[in-house]
Amino acid sequence: MSAKTLYDKLWDDHLVQERDDGSALIYIDLQLLHEVTSPQAFEGLRIAGRKPWRISANLATPDHNVPTTNTERQSGIEGISDPVSKIQVVTLDDNCDEFGITEFKMQDIRQGIVHVVGPEQGATLPGTTVVCGDSHTSTHGAFGALAHGIGTSEVEHVMATQCLVQKKSKNMLVRVDGKLSPWVSAKDVVLAIIGEIGTAGGTGYAIEFGGEAIQSLSMEGRMTVCNMAIEAGARVGLIGVDQTTIDYVKGRPYSPKGEQWDQAVAAWQELHSDAEAHFDNVVVLNAADIKPQVTWGTSPEMVIAIDQPIPRPQDQADAGAQESYARAWKYMGLEGKTTLADITLDRVFIGSCTNSRIEDLRIAAEVVKGRKVASTLKEAIVVPGSGLVKAQAEKEGLDKIFTEAGLEWREPGCSMCLAMNADKLGNGEHCASTSNRNFEGRQGFGGRTHLVSPAMAAAAAVAGHFVDVNELVKH
Amino acid sequence: MRPFTVHTGLVAPLDLANVDTDMIIPKQFLKSIKRTGFGKNLFDELRYEDEGQPDQDCSTRPLKKDFVLNQARYQGASVLIARKNFGCGSSREHAPWALDDYGFRVVIAPSFADIFFNNCFKNGLLPIVLTEAQVEQVFTESESTEGYALSINLADQKVTTPSGDEFSFDVDAFRKHCLLHGLDDIGLTLQHADAIRTYEDARKQKAPWLFADKK
Repeated sequence: MSAKTLYDKLWDDHLVQERDDGSALIYIDLQLLHEVTSPQAFEGLRIAGRKPWRISANLATPDHNVPTTNTERQSGIEGISDPVSKIQVVTLDDNCDEFGITEFKMQDIRQGIVHVVGPEQGATLPGTTVVCGDSHTSTHGAFGALAHGIGTSEVEHVMATQCLVQKKSKNMLVRVDGKLSPWVSAKDVVLAIIGEIGTAGGTGYAIEFGGEAIQSLSMEGRMTVCNMAIEAGARVGLIGVDQTTIDYVKGRPYSPKGEQWDQAVAAWQELHSDAEAHFDNVVVLNAADIKPQVTWGTSPEMVIAIDQPIPRPQDQADAGAQESYARAWKYMGLEGKTTLADITLDRVFIGSCTNSRIEDLRIAAEVVKGRKVASTLKEAIVVPGSGLVKAQAEKEGLDKIFTEAGLEWREPGCSMCLAMNADKLGNGEHCASTSNRNFEGRQGFGGRTHLVSPAMAAAAAVAGHFVDVNELVKH
Repeated sequence: MRPFTVHTGLVAPLDLANVDTDMIIPKQFLKSIKRTGFGKNLFDELRYEDEGQPDQDCSTRPLKKDFVLNQARYQGASVLIARKNFGCGSSREHAPWALDDYGFRVVIAPSFADIFFNNCFKNGLLPIVLTEAQVEQVFTESESTEGYALSINLADQKVTTPSGDEFSFDVDAFRKHCLLHGLDDIGLTLQHADAIRTYEDARKQKAPWLFADKK
């Protein structure tokens, strides 16, 4: 038998049928649902008189639209002040009730961002296929699962058939060798990777992340890396299963128990690329070269290390880059600025499916502990990824550390990552954000997003501008 | 689904690379629970001076006059041409819904992001990859010639310019078949329900823990 990549193994394992033209029917083990991309899919089922193929393969929770302020949340659905957001959340509740799908409703402690909730509940398991109408579904690849974002038509297709029509991607390996420097996190690693290969560098590929620096990451860190595979153009990000994976999965509500646990762990041992497996493309980074990263522009690939000057349009080699850099400079209001420290920040956002897990909050809390948020900031918010993350953080006293430092402690949801709820940037405001996209208008009309790690966001909150977290913690 | 066979339409040149789906349809419009009505908010932030809101009357909003879709000569355009990596970012199918609702039938670029590309086919919208040089030619010609239209023949996999230049393009056989006949994907897959059940039974034997009820 020829050597296989992890992606090859997962693909082969879920193949229902291959077609002559290279497309295939792939079986889907788990579909996660949220309120934004599912209503039209449920409507489609109703119109066609179809039922979900297998109810137990679905799990739902509202996340994009839910308010995150304590006062709004206390009143439940009625507390959602935006009537259009409210309709979407109510529609998800109604659809899940009608079709019998398990949903963690807004007031359930298990509610949260789908990509935090799935792993937290043990619904995301090694060796499975996971889909969701959200591009950041690549997150779940951290478990050695084949996971990708799909459109609403495909959400309906998976509900109705438990399958997806797919064409196999090519294999890419991104290897990060060596050890990471202090305060350099998974977020810095993935931003550095995107800076290296570009936002279309992974298009058409499933990216497997490997190497010592990746293997040394916790599951939270691995999820951060896989989460942003899509920002490198790859629908799928993957990391092989090891003891770290198995330890994380053990004892979660939906993970296997007893004899089935042993059977599962035995099967999961195979979930890594074979030593001789062929990758169509291999990219190697040196962990020691990676410094804390900050995006300066309007695409995740417009990223530099904290100590680098902001690249100028006129210094770019080709006309296309000059034009897009000039556009980004104008949008980001960078005229007259040379370094990241020259940018005055208005807001700080710590949260999103990229960085709202317990480890992210612990790191941010460690940085702000005993310090105060800069008085020049309009707002600094911490939004935990789920009700359970929130409860754990409160148990550890992290909420107190944040509020004493002057950050707001919020209720779980997607929040300012895409600003579908009330949390958004004002026109022209700069934000240090632990989210995943710095596109024009992403966090609010005219808003200027800078993507960073939780440690760098926390350091920026204290300083009021970007600063190397290593420098900040020295004092 | 509406079939796509042949189409001749006015070209709108959108001279931007990495057009993301947030740009195509900003998030505030994703709150709709329908598939239609997104056209008036297509490229909302590029197209209007003010910040758009759902359910707003767009006819009185101040326009960004330089934006391609606001120029008189491109009114009625149904073929959009753009630069590389079109449709990157969010998986929102609202992006092809908005393009379709506006009246676009074809999007041409040197490359597309995977999820967007796939979503187009589910909605009778044809994404076409041409080479950088061919795209450059269409940009130049469409900007210099008012009323510049392209003809697209899906069966022949050809794009024809007004001067008769022909560009052939690739398309998956299955996607082509579905698009040409306007076939419903779900119906087609359900023809293989037996194969799915057979697979599922075997999977249940192998990984029974995946089939427990979620409570």
